[in-house]
Formats: sequence, C-alpha cells, structure tokens
Amino acid sequence: MYKIVEKRALNEAVTLMSVHAPHIARKVLPGQFIILRLDEYGERIPLTVAAYDRKAGEVTIVFQAVGRTTKMLAALDVGDDILDFVGPLGRPTELEGVHKAIVIGGGVGCAIAYPQARFLHEQGATVKVVAGFRSRDIVILEEEMKAACDELLIATDDGSYGRHGFVTDLLRELLEADSGYDLVIAIGPVPMMKAVCALTKEYAVKTTVSLNPIMIDGTGMCGGCRVHVGGELKFACVDGPDFDGHLVDFDELQRRNAIYRAQEQVDANHICRLAGEIDA
Amino acid sequence: MPNMSMQKTPMPAQAPEVRNKNFDEVTLGYTPEMAVLEAQRCLQCKHRPCMKGCPVAVRIPEFIAKVAQGDFLAAYEIITSTNALPAVCGRVCPQENQCERECVRGIKGESVAIGRLERFVADYFMEYGTAASKRAEPNGIKVAVIGAGPAGLSCAGDLARRGFEVTVYEAIHKAGGVLVYGIPEFRLPKAIVEREIDSLRALGVKIETDMVIGRALSLDELGEMGYKAVFVGSGAGLPRFMGIEGEGLLGVYSANEFLTRINLMKAYKDEYDTPIIRSKSVAVIGGGNVAMDAARCAMRLGAERVYIVYRRGEEEIPARLEEIHHAKEEGIEFRLLTAPTRLLGDDQGWVRGMECVKMRLGEPDASGRRSPVEIPGSQYEMEVDSVIMAIGTSPNPLIRTTTEGLQADRRGCLIVNEEMATTKPGVYAGGDAVTGAATVILAMGAGKKAAESIANLLLPSPGSEENPA
Ligand SMILES: Cc1cc2nc3c(=O)[nH]c(=O)nc-3n(C[C@H](O)[C@H](O)[C@H](O)COP(=O)(O)OP(=O)(O)OC[C@H]3O[C@@H](n4cnc5c(N)ncnc54)[C@H](O)[C@@H]3O)c2cc1C
Ligand SMILES: Cc1cc2nc3c(=O)[nH]c(=O)nc-3n(C[C@H](O)[C@H](O)[C@H](O)COP(=O)(O)OP(=O)(O)OC[C@H]3O[C@@H](n4cnc5c(N)ncnc54)[C@H](O)[C@@H]3O)c2cc1C
Ligand code: SF4
Ligand code: SF4
Ligand code: FES
Ligand SMILES: [Mg+2]
Repeated sequence: MYKIVEKRALNEAVTLMSVHAPHIARKVLPGQFIILRLDEYGERIPLTVAAYDRKAGEVTIVFQAVGRTTKMLAALDVGDDILDFVGPLGRPTELEGVHKAIVIGGGVGCAIAYPQARFLHEQGATVKVVAGFRSRDIVILEEEMKAACDELLIATDDGSYGRHGFVTDLLRELLEADSGYDLVIAIGPVPMMKAVCALTKEYAVKTTVSLNPIMIDGTGMCGGCRVHVGGELKFACVDGPDFDGHLVDFDELQRRNAIYRAQEQVDANHICRLAGEIDA
Repeated sequence: MPNMSMQKTPMPAQAPEVRNKNFDEVTLGYTPEMAVLEAQRCLQCKHRPCMKGCPVAVRIPEFIAKVAQGDFLAAYEIITSTNALPAVCGRVCPQENQCERECVRGIKGESVAIGRLERFVADYFMEYGTAASKRAEPNGIKVAVIGAGPAGLSCAGDLARRGFEVTVYEAIHKAGGVLVYGIPEFRLPKAIVEREIDSLRALGVKIETDMVIGRALSLDELGEMGYKAVFVGSGAGLPRFMGIEGEGLLGVYSANEFLTRINLMKAYKDEYDTPIIRSKSVAVIGGGNVAMDAARCAMRLGAERVYIVYRRGEEEIPARLEEIHHAKEEGIEFRLLTAPTRLLGDDQGWVRGMECVKMRLGEPDASGRRSPVEIPGSQYEMEVDSVIMAIGTSPNPLIRTTTEGLQADRRGCLIVNEEMATTKPGVYAGGDAVTGAATVILAMGAGKKAAESIANLLLPSPGSEENPA
C-alpha cells in the first residue's frame, strides 16, 4: 500500500499527486516511470515520474483523467492508499553532454518534459521549452517550466494564449533562427511527436521521443509494449521509453494504442455511473 | 492383489463441450476409492525405476504403498520430504517424460498414474490434513531471493526451514511466477498456488511484491543491506516474436501477454478492468504447453475456431500429452508441419489472415531432432482475426545487464556451476533463468539445490545433515 501525501488539480482534467514510495524515490531519474494498480480489480497503468523527493521518500506523478483508471485515481484523496506502485521502470533519459536543447511538451506531456528541461538547465545547457495546449484554460506548470529554461514559448490551438498554432510552428522558427541545437526532446500525443520528428529530420537535429504504448508488467515479460524502431522490435518498458524519434514507427504505435478503445469507453462510462456523476 | 488393468484408472473430467466455455478446473481428481484402485496397479518394484525419472526423487513406490493402504496422510509425508509443491507437480509435470516413462507397467499397457496419485494425495491433505509448520530456530542470517516463481519459492522454503531469514523480491504484484501469470486456472487453480505460498509465509518467508530488482535495488545494494547470499530465480519471461511481416498488426499477441491478461489480470471476469480482444478465429503459433494454454484460453473466450500451428509433426510436439488430448477434445484444430510466413492486415490495421507454408521433416540435426524444411510453392492463406505467438521465451536481461560480474551464455542464460553458484561470489541462480524455458519441477529442484549450497556456504558446521522437505 502506498499513501497519497499530496494532491493538486493543475487544470480540470490534469492532477498532480505525490505518493509515499521510498524505494522508488531513492533511485528514480528523469525519464523513468512507475506502474500502479489501484485495487484488486484494477488494471496496471504506467505514469511518468514528474518529480521526486529522495529525503521524504516521495514520488510525484502528473496525469490526465482520460478513462476509467485515471478517473478513479483522480477521485482519490490525500491519505488514501494505492495498492501497487512499482518502479522506477524504464531507462533514464540520456541527458549527458547536451549543450543546447529544445524541449517540447504537448498537453499533459509538459509534465513529463518539464523535469528533463530542468535537469538540462541545471546542468548548464541552454534550454528552450515549447509547450502546446488546446486552449488557455488548460495550460499547466507555466511557472515551473519558465523557471526551468532560458525561454518558454507557448502555443494554443485556438489562439487563446501564447501563439496561435501548433508547437511545430514555433519549432520551425527556432530551427530556422539557430542551427546550433544538439537535441530536441518531444513528449506528447503521438501525432505531435510524429510531426515534430518529421520537422527535425529536415533540419537533421537529433530528436528523442518518449513513447507511451499500452503496458502491463513493465519488466519485459508481456511484449505488449513492443514498438518498431528503425525496423527493429523494441520493448518500450525496458528498452525505452525514450527512442530516437527519427526511427520510430508512429503509425503502428498510434493504431496499437487505440486497440481497446471500445472496451475502454464502456469502462469509463461505468465509472461515472459508480461515482454517481451525470455523464451520459 | 495388484490391480492388473492395462489402463490407468480414468480421472473424471468436465465434458469437453462444457469446459471449453468456462475456466474451472478441467480434471476433477480421483476419489479415495479411485486412488486406492490405481495405487494397487503399482508392483512395488525393488529397484524403483520410476524414481529415477523424477527430478526431485519422490519416493514413489513408498508413497503409493501408503495410498494403497488408505493412509493418505502418511503418503503426503513421504512425498513432501522431497517435493514441496505436490499439488502443483501432480497437475503440471510432464509425467510421460519423467516418472511415468520409467514405470514398468508402461511396457505393456499404461504406466501407473503417478502424477494423478500425487495430486490426489496433496488435495486430500489440503482438505483433511493439518500443516505442521514448525518454524525453524532462526540463525539470524539474511538471504535474498529474486523472483517468486517455483525456483525462488522452493529455495526460499528450504532456506527458511534451515533457520535463515529469507526475503523474496518479486517484480509483479503477485507471487507464483508462471504459476500465476502463465498457467491457466482451468489447469492449475490459483487457490492451490496461494495455499502453497501461504505455507511458505507461515515458515517465516517474507515476500516483497512490486520490487523490480535491477531497477529499485541492485544486487550489490542487497549485499549492502546485509544479505549474505542472493538466489536469482528470475525465470525466462522475455517473449520471442518471429520477425515476420505483420507482427505489429492489431490482434497479434505474445502468448505471455494474452495469458497474463487472462490469468493474472482476470480479463475473463466482468468485475476486473482488464481489457482483452475476443476473436472469432485464432491461430496460436507453437506446440508447447504455452501454445496449448493460449489456444484453450482463446476457445474459452468464445472463439469459433482455434488452430495450433506448429512447424514440426505430432511426434515432435513438446507439450504434455494430457494437454494435447484435452486441447483436441475441446475442439482445437491442429495444423502441423505448417509455418507462418506473413500476417495479413485489413485497412484498419487488424489481422485478417495468415500466410503459411507447409513443411516436411528433414534430416536429424546435431540434437537428434529432425528439423523442418519448407516445401517450395506450398504457400496458402488461413483466415484468422487473431494470432498468438507462443514460440518461446528467453531469460530477461534486466538483472544480468545491471549487475557487474554476473556472466551469461550466448542465449542469455546465467552461468552456474554444480553448486548453482554464478560467476559472482555469493550469488546463486537456478530455474528458467539458468536453463531457459523448462519445467516447474526442474526449477524447484534447482532452487532446492541452491538452498543447500547457500547453507553450506553460510552455516558454520556443515556436518549436521538435517534436511527435511
Ligand atoms: C511509459 C508511459 C508513461 C506515461 N506517463 C503518463 C503521465 O505521466 N501522465 C499521463 O497522464 N499519462 C501517462 N501515460 C499514459 C497513461 O498510462 C494512460 O493515459 C492511462 O493508462 C489511461 O488509462 P485509463 O484506464 O484511465 O484510460 P483508458 O480509457 O483505459 O485508456 C485511454 C488510452 O490510454 C492508453 N492506455 C490504456 N491502458 C493503458 C496501459 N495499461 N498502459 C499504457 N497506456 C494505456 C491507450 O492509448 C488508451 O486508448 C504514460 C504511458 C506510458 C506508456
Ligand atoms: C503458459 C505456460 C505453461 C507452462 N506449463 C508447464 C507445465 O504444464 N508443466 C511444467 O512443468 N512447466 C510448465 N511451464 C514452464 C514452467 O512454468 C517454468 O519452467 C517455471 O515456472 C520456471 O520457474 P522459475 O521459478 O525459474 O521462473 P518463473 O516461474 O518464470 O518465475 C520467475 C519470477 O521472477 C520474477 N522476476 C523476473 N525478473 C525479476 C526482477 N528483476 N526482480 C524481481 N522479480 C523478477 C518474475 O516476475 C516471476 O514471478 C509453463 C510455462 C508457461 C509460460
Ligand atoms: S514430482 Fe513430477 S516427476 Fe516427480 S513423481 Fe511427482 S509428478 Fe512425477
Ligand atoms: S515403476 Fe511403476 S510399478 Fe514399479 S514401483 Fe514405480 S510406479 Fe510402481
Ligand atoms: S509492458 Fe510488458 S513487456 Fe513491456
Ligand atoms: Mg483503462
């Protein structure tokens, strides 16, 4: 059992939670994730570690309530327990020797990208952060991101905040203006990562993406998280989750991530009924 | 008064057309009368050939004699003096290649049903016996075990019985290894596995789930935490794929994923959140126990047609005989001497078919097995909407790649000597992590042997040979 020690709504769908898990807090590094299971009937879902406090033994996750399990998680409160909380899983992001980087976050992906930006910035690298959101009311972690880079650029799909447009519009401008970037990190929805990689390939800038295939065990046992990278079969939970974005088969990933959509929709409606919410 | 019937006393089972729609245990076990009758088929051979076939040397004629006398609890004592998990082994050992293969009654007719008798005795004990969980005098020495599969559990149990303070670290949320995530409920009820694990806990074994060694803790850190020795029983859970076109299509599973969703995560029960694809027409690639389990699960999830696609012939199928019979009875179709060459997708990215090629058996290779050769031009298509790969697994590299000084061979199997000691001092290993995918009983035997070596290493006076169960 792992106790929730902090909970904060970042926007109406995104929640930050800290969990007491000393064995993970001791060891975790940026880019690694945990897998949790809420109760005996629950599924196992992966969430990236957004921050950690080694002394207090706490691990912070930031998640978007998109379906049954994340909605149930969001309904828990400080003092409640999570049945299983496993980690740290995956390989840490390789951030050594980077001098000048662009870190791109899309939506809740900002929560995963932010610790990487901070880590690079603290190491003395020049860091630009490009954050994309649908609209102004769902912007998250603006102050934190600002403090973790040299320049924060925000784009919104509807133009209600920052630049009207997509992260790729801002990215292209940055790459046009300066050819000195040695790394782009892109974390967000699959179509965003795909578009970023198509662009950085034109400019021949190395690009790391953090992949989010469906997982169960997180130890290399089920093969469910398999992705093709440069034609090779990789298991994202142990070989990743970070990969060279120019080699990833994003279309396959996108398809495979939608495989349970119909069942997930039934489940999600069911939880709303359970919680007594009016949600047809 | 031996029973000279040529056939084994039949074991009652659910009817095939009933059981292929539920996950309850297929075979129902002997009644006491049936057990006595079957035990009377044993000739009590003086030279005990059957025992030589058992990897943990169960004293077979002795326990069968007790069964014949109706003293089932005494039979249990005899079995458990060398085998800690009889309820499991009686159900899943490939008896026809082990104890029963050596049985003299098998020369003319069927061998004595040693496995069924072992299962009966264990089940009888669970119902009527009382566990004498005498906790050993603690010796204050800490030992860590990695992996709560049969290898790790048997090592932990033997060490606890010698007074060691044992902690088992398990990566997933439930102890049991393949017994809980791989082998289905209808073949090995999980309540049985849980009971065996509870009895280990009663001996003082601590089990820490959710702990991935190599990530949360390294082997060296375990040493720093005061563990004087470590046993690695991390299994061979890494699934292989064929590397053919279309393996990224929707509806393609590794057997491990398919079985884990069903057995560990209970996708077949409504009250569990685990999603799974229920297909109409399923091809399972492979011919081992894993393939049979996946095929029979697919049938139980409601598939109309389920195929076992295996590139060699009937003779070569490695699965237990009983599983092959049961699978056939349940309506699984066998496409032997057949190998997939390509998976075909529809425009939504789902599997819609599989291109296969027919094979013939060529000359025996170095291992004596006749290897399959493609028959040119024999390609044809099968219409399937799901494909499950059950073509083998290899040891997970996580521990090996995060531990200095731990050597493995080319297949990724940890290298050990006769004492089960690895190349790293104080670190022992056994089970599938050392042999590659093998059997429950071999894994248990390895765990047992390692426990003995660890005791020899750490206990001051090795003279006293007290070695119960
Ligand atoms: C390595 C990794 C790190 C992640 N980090 C974060 C994070 O920090 N914050 C965050 O909000 N989300 C993160 N995700 C995604 C998160 O795991 C899913 O949103 C979550 O599992 C959805 O579950 P659900 O039951 O609430 O929704 P559902 O409605 O069941 O699923 C919604 C979608 O989530 C994905 N999904 C469903 N089940 C799983 C599963 N078992 N494993 C992975 N994906 C699944 C599928 O694409 C699915 O269509 C991460 C995913 C991975 C693989
Ligand atoms: C579907 C299926 C059916 C089978 N049927 C039969 C049968 O009928 N008869 C038979 O004799 N054999 C059968 N086998 C084979 C048998 O189950 C295995 O040989 C046996 O379980 C091996 O035992 P083990 O303890 O070495 O490994 P496992 O049972 O694989 O257990 C290893 C454990 O270690 C854990 N682990 C791995 N890495 C780590 C880590 N880094 N940190 C912590 N924990 C870790 C795993 O999660 C797992 O719980 C079958 C196997 C499968 C998959
Ligand atoms: S443990 Fe297995 S091989 Fe040994 S007697 Fe029992 S069933 Fe036979
Ligand atoms: S070989 Fe067969 S008949 Fe002989 S003792 Fe063993 S079980 Fe009995
Ligand atoms: S999640 Fe099972 S292998 Fe990666
Ligand atoms: Mg879900």
